[in-house]
Amino acid sequence: MMKYKMHVLVCGGTGCKSSDSDMIAHNLRTAIDQKGLTEEVQVVMSGCFGFCEKGPIVKILPDNTFYVHVTPSDTTEIVEEHLVKGRRVERLLYKDPQRDEIISDSKHMGFYKKQVRIALRNCGFIDPESINEAIARDAYQALGKVLKEMTPQQVAEEIKKSGLRGRGGAGFPTGLKWEIASKSPGPEKYVVCNADEGDPGAFMDRSILEGDPHSVLEAMAICGYCIGASNGLIYIRAEYPLAIERLKIAINQAREYGLLGKNIFGTDFSFDIELKYGAGAFVCGEETALIHSMEGQRGEPTFKPPFPAVAGYKMKPTNVNNVETYANIPVIIMNGAEWFASYGTEKSKGTKVFALAGKINNVGLIEVPMGTKLKDVIYDIGGGIKGNKKFKAVQIGGPSGGFLTEKHLETEIDYESLTAAGSMMGSGGMIVMDDSDCMVAMAKFYLDFTVEESCGKCSPCRIGNKRLNEILEKIAQGKGTIEDLELLRNLGNVIKDTSLCMLGGSSPNPVLSTLDHFYDEYLAHVKDHKCPAGQCKALMQYIILPENCVGCTACARNCPVNAITGERKKPHVIDQAICIKCGACVEKCKFNAVVVQ
Amino acid sequence: MEKVKTLDDLKKLKEQLKSTIELREKSNNPESHVQVKVAMATCGIASGAREIMSFFMDELRKRNIDAIVSQTGCMGYCYAEPTIELTIPGHEPVVYGNVTKAKADEIIEKHIKNGILVDGIIPVTYQNINKK
Ligand SMILES: Cc1cc2nc3c(=O)[nH]c(=O)nc-3n(C[C@H](O)[C@H](O)[C@H](O)COP(=O)(O)O)c2cc1C
Ligand code: SF4
Ligand code: SF4
Repeated sequence: MMKYKMHVLVCGGTGCKSSDSDMIAHNLRTAIDQKGLTEEVQVVMSGCFGFCEKGPIVKILPDNTFYVHVTPSDTTEIVEEHLVKGRRVERLLYKDPQRDEIISDSKHMGFYKKQVRIALRNCGFIDPESINEAIARDAYQALGKVLKEMTPQQVAEEIKKSGLRGRGGAGFPTGLKWEIASKSPGPEKYVVCNADEGDPGAFMDRSILEGDPHSVLEAMAICGYCIGASNGLIYIRAEYPLAIERLKIAINQAREYGLLGKNIFGTDFSFDIELKYGAGAFVCGEETALIHSMEGQRGEPTFKPPFPAVAGYKMKPTNVNNVETYANIPVIIMNGAEWFASYGTEKSKGTKVFALAGKINNVGLIEVPMGTKLKDVIYDIGGGIKGNKKFKAVQIGGPSGGFLTEKHLETEIDYESLTAAGSMMGSGGMIVMDDSDCMVAMAKFYLDFTVEESCGKCSPCRIGNKRLNEILEKIAQGKGTIEDLELLRNLGNVIKDTSLCMLGGSSPNPVLSTLDHFYDEYLAHVKDHKCPAGQCKALMQYIILPENCVGCTACARNCPVNAITGERKKPHVIDQAICIKCGACVEKCKFNAVVVQ
Repeated sequence: MEKVKTLDDLKKLKEQLKSTIELREKSNNPESHVQVKVAMATCGIASGAREIMSFFMDELRKRNIDAIVSQTGCMGYCYAEPTIELTIPGHEPVVYGNVTKAKADEIIEKHIKNGILVDGIIPVTYQNINKK
């Protein structure tokens, strides 16, 4: 076996791959070969490091050097300087935006310091296309352990004791779910992995599947043993080609080793896994809709009960869990329920993966212990607000999560506290907004999404959300009234209470929570016909201040619709009836004469 | 690929495969390992740093000592190459100059195993070569 002196990890997640990380790895290998170092340096395409903002990322071990924004043409320098001469390539190192200091060692980066990686333990560490590297990190040992040493009931007990709750949104206790499915009678049962991940901007599950597919396969097999199922199904959206590819490779490798298939570890337990593709409808992430979609029917939710654990896929008892939920299972079995439960808060154990996005410095994928304060995530891990602007709100939980504000920054992240504060854990979207974001516009942005994605089966969601959206549009146009605000609230609550599934049941949350926390901003729209953040175009006016205008004509020459008139060297005027509010004149004016009101 | 028939098979397989990612495991918490950094700039390589690095890697492995052997840039002691920087967990780093295989052997046996400093230390005028 080769003994490598150095390992070069190149991020092979979807994000970095789309910025040429394949080429980077290829060039590195070529340059390493030219220097005769092939036997000393190993180049590995790993899963996502999470720090996607800075991608493509190349990490060099053992010295933990973290290179950011690497391009294929940087590779020669990395090889010649770092690998041959041992000198770091300064210009590619990460620079701390707050302290303006170069940090070469990823262990010292604020982004990683407060993270605890349990579900992401192997992401960015192993080559996801190599089952051997996964096995070197203990993959499939937990499966061996449950088959050899534990009864199905003990497995359910252990998971119950760990306090693990579903990471797909609802937060239902996983061990209890397994126990219910295991007690459902029937010779034919199914284990389903929900990899639909429909939230816009979310990529937690994708990263796990791309970076560590074996953890999910192993967990599904453990679940199969626990509930008495021999068939596993992964429902994954067709828009995830890389995750699908890596899952296929992983399933085949596991079959070759006999870790999936008949008589696993020489026992009479058999289990195999099949992929099912979704077309990317948000509602198909809802478990009953997901099951119908897998059965080849329309992807529409049906009333629960019966729950899938009693009558799911093909009306057989079915356990549905989220990707991240599964990724936690093998380590819980290996390290014990107590170990897992030592992370987190009283009712929310372990960690949660979030996709951090919006107006924040460090956009990326993070994993923090439950109970971490929001402000630590936003300021320490996230590196604060972009462009030193002021924090305004954070929206958590996907398109139907609620908005939290400055006064919630001390909130500890767990299922109960987020719900109590008016948001929810959801599946782990976390979008940060600054003071240039209009809350009416943001609420509308999310509602646009849910209106689009509603399956239309029940009227509160189909019609109600559409009406909500129309009222928001009216407010954004400056035509709203005080009564509209009351209507928004009432209608929102009715939709929540009467919708068939949780899509409708939660879709008014962005509207309701912004009404709660930013009522003044709504009032400004309906009473003063002003948008304080300057986002709602209908409520803004571009005007030219005569005292500043020198009549240089720069604005008039650049206005696409000729809305600006005026003689040379005399103050210009904007005709509001023609202006389309494109902002071109503001950019062109060198005298700060054009302002937004 | 041969089938994995029992949990013991799997554990054996893991033991065999462990070394493939050992370097990455150790890098995860370098502070808790003995670290040997070999200066590998032009001057170091010219005076045999590459062989010294291999020697440390092979010998530490043979003698079952958990250590991270890595390369670093020129430390500025070109007159004394090859130089190495040795860090024992919980102790300040120490730099040795003119490290031959015999010297390396002595360093492993005395300093790394028993904590006894050996001859050849270069006065340390800095805290750590990679202070960033
Ligand atoms: C509209 C809607 C969309 C959902 N989308 C997802 C999804 O993309 N992924 C997911 O795991 N769960 C999703 N869920 C939650 C699932 O219905 C189900 O609760 C979950 O898969 C159960 O797994 P868990 O207990 O491991 O969280 C969604 C629910 C609703 C109402
Ligand atoms: S709430 Fe919306 S998405 Fe859910 S069933 Fe009703 S119409 Fe369909
Ligand atoms: S905002 Fe655009 S359309 Fe309006 S006056 Fe300026 S340049 Fe013309």
